[in-house]
Amino acid sequence: MPAISKNGRAKSQTMEVIKRLSKNKLALSGLIIILLLTLLAVFAPLIAPYGYAEQNLNAVYLSPCKEHLLGTDRLGRDILSRLIFGTRQSLRIGVLSVAIAAVLGTILGSIAGFYGGRTDNIIMRILDIYQSIPGMLLSIALAASLGPGVNNAIIAIGISTIPSYSRIIRASIMTVRDKEYIEAAIAINANDFRIITRHVLPNAFAPLIVEITMNIGNSILAAATLSFIGLGAQPPSPEWGAMLSEGKNFMRDYGYLVIYPGVCIMASVLSFNLLGDGLRDALDPRLKN
Amino acid sequence: MENNLLKVNDLIIEYHSDKKIVQAVNGVNLELNKGETLGLVGETGAGKTTIAKAILRILPDPPAKIKQGKIFFEGTDLLELSEKKMSHIKGNEISMIFQDPMTALNPIMSIGKQIAETIRLHEKISKARANIEAIKMLELVGIPGERFGEYPHQFSGGMKQRVVIAMALACKPKLLLADEPTTALDVTIQAQVLELMNKLKKELNTSVLLITHDLGIVAEMCDKVAVIYAGEVVESGSAIDIFDNTAHPYTKGLFDSLPKLDSMESRLKPIKGMMPDPTELPSGCKFYDRCPYAVEDCKSLGAEKKEMGSGHYVLCRRAGEVC
Repeated sequence: MPAISKNGRAKSQTMEVIKRLSKNKLALSGLIIILLLTLLAVFAPLIAPYGYAEQNLNAVYLSPCKEHLLGTDRLGRDILSRLIFGTRQSLRIGVLSVAIAAVLGTILGSIAGFYGGRTDNIIMRILDIYQSIPGMLLSIALAASLGPGVNNAIIAIGISTIPSYSRIIRASIMTVRDKEYIEAAIAINANDFRIITRHVLPNAFAPLIVEITMNIGNSILAAATLSFIGLGAQPPSPEWGAMLSEGKNFMRDYGYLVIYPGVCIMASVLSFNLLGDGLRDALDPRLKN
Repeated sequence: MENNLLKVNDLIIEYHSDKKIVQAVNGVNLELNKGETLGLVGETGAGKTTIAKAILRILPDPPAKIKQGKIFFEGTDLLELSEKKMSHIKGNEISMIFQDPMTALNPIMSIGKQIAETIRLHEKISKARANIEAIKMLELVGIPGERFGEYPHQFSGGMKQRVVIAMALACKPKLLLADEPTTALDVTIQAQVLELMNKLKKELNTSVLLITHDLGIVAEMCDKVAVIYAGEVVESGSAIDIFDNTAHPYTKGLFDSLPKLDSMESRLKPIKGMMPDPTELPSGCKFYDRCPYAVEDCKSLGAEKKEMGSGHYVLCRRAGEVC
């Protein structure tokens, strides 16, 4: 199979990855769920049967029925509609906070891992101090000082999870750093930035991809905790985690109040994990078949 | 001299670790003319690779420190060049082939891209042009251009070494540092790779500094030879001088330790003893403890550089007397 076309351009890498990804059924199903959730988030006002804050005090704690497919909560708000609108908040929190943490963590971890020595020591010791503060406590403190709100919650969660990414990428980079092809890249006069971004990071990225997808779920849950103590999403805006903690009090009598948001969180976390796992394999040309 | 490409003068390199100082290279002088191949022979740990990396200025500092010496490349001292000027030379005028082709290529970048990257780092040309150049280089080393987009794991060891050679030669360097280019390959592939290097060397008029511990390869490839022992050049001269008029006991020991085809020998004849610990080099001649011809003066007065014939230098007090 010729991998190069007439104009001398190599066959698109992205197409190759997509092709390999599509062979992986599990990853593909993860991707489909994520796409569906994204669509739900984008078209929420069109899809949801009721507004997310629409109260109907004549119909509180309804079990699933024809009018309210998933029932209603203590203020008579339609749970299905709230879940659909909640997709917007929860996906945003999960993806953005992880993105913040992964980007900053990768930068710090790569610098520490690649240069080693004193640079490594300074960065990692600061992160050690950082990590000695319990993560949740740190997020709460950050969110409290930034003020309540979803965006601040995202920043708080993002910042408080930086060290774990740094650690993973640093360890991974240290095994790649001493490979001969890195020395070869130095010998052809590639600069440090190029070596790190083109040669070191792509080879060290696999464990990080898994960590990223696993943490999206954790972030959604962390945001729920923040919402619970009043620092995350503000009522009445719906957010899966917030709905979960709100429903917790009525769990014994109205189990569906926690089951549905829980299922949503689980489904999204699972699909991100499946996708992440598949992506890691698809991005590695050594596993090409 | 017009024809001179590389000249290493009195190079001293040390590795500093916590408490010890490893004296890796101790006053090495080398000379290489355009179009020539210089073989750097010596056992493991003799300092061969350190010399090559010093020339390319890719020694990790710390721990390595160049204490003294000059490395002239076309008349300019590389060790005094600015980072910027050096970057023009690195990979462009001087390039390096690494020992193990299995690990010298980035496993997740297609080989074509890796060659094109080298070209694009030094020449301002479009991506598409660089890719075409890369294909040309691949074909030059005998790999079909269609394999441009394939990854290192899809190639055999010998093919990978060809790719590495293509990368090293992509910018048509004036000097190629080949650090044991065939050590990791089996014998038949070795022959192919050496033949290829010889051919390309002639086509591109590249000079080669060939680092090896295989005397057979030296005989095949080199015009000149420098034998390194404990960071010193103990014998240097033309390949004929070294092979036919061996003058240093160490070089002689190396030849004696090779099995001979024309006589039945049940045991190899190794050089007795071990190379001295580079953190505590002995005073006097460094080969003293292993030398069968050593006399008292060798220890107390040290080795002496002697010229045996034109261009044939030996670092031995008793050269010419005993062997």
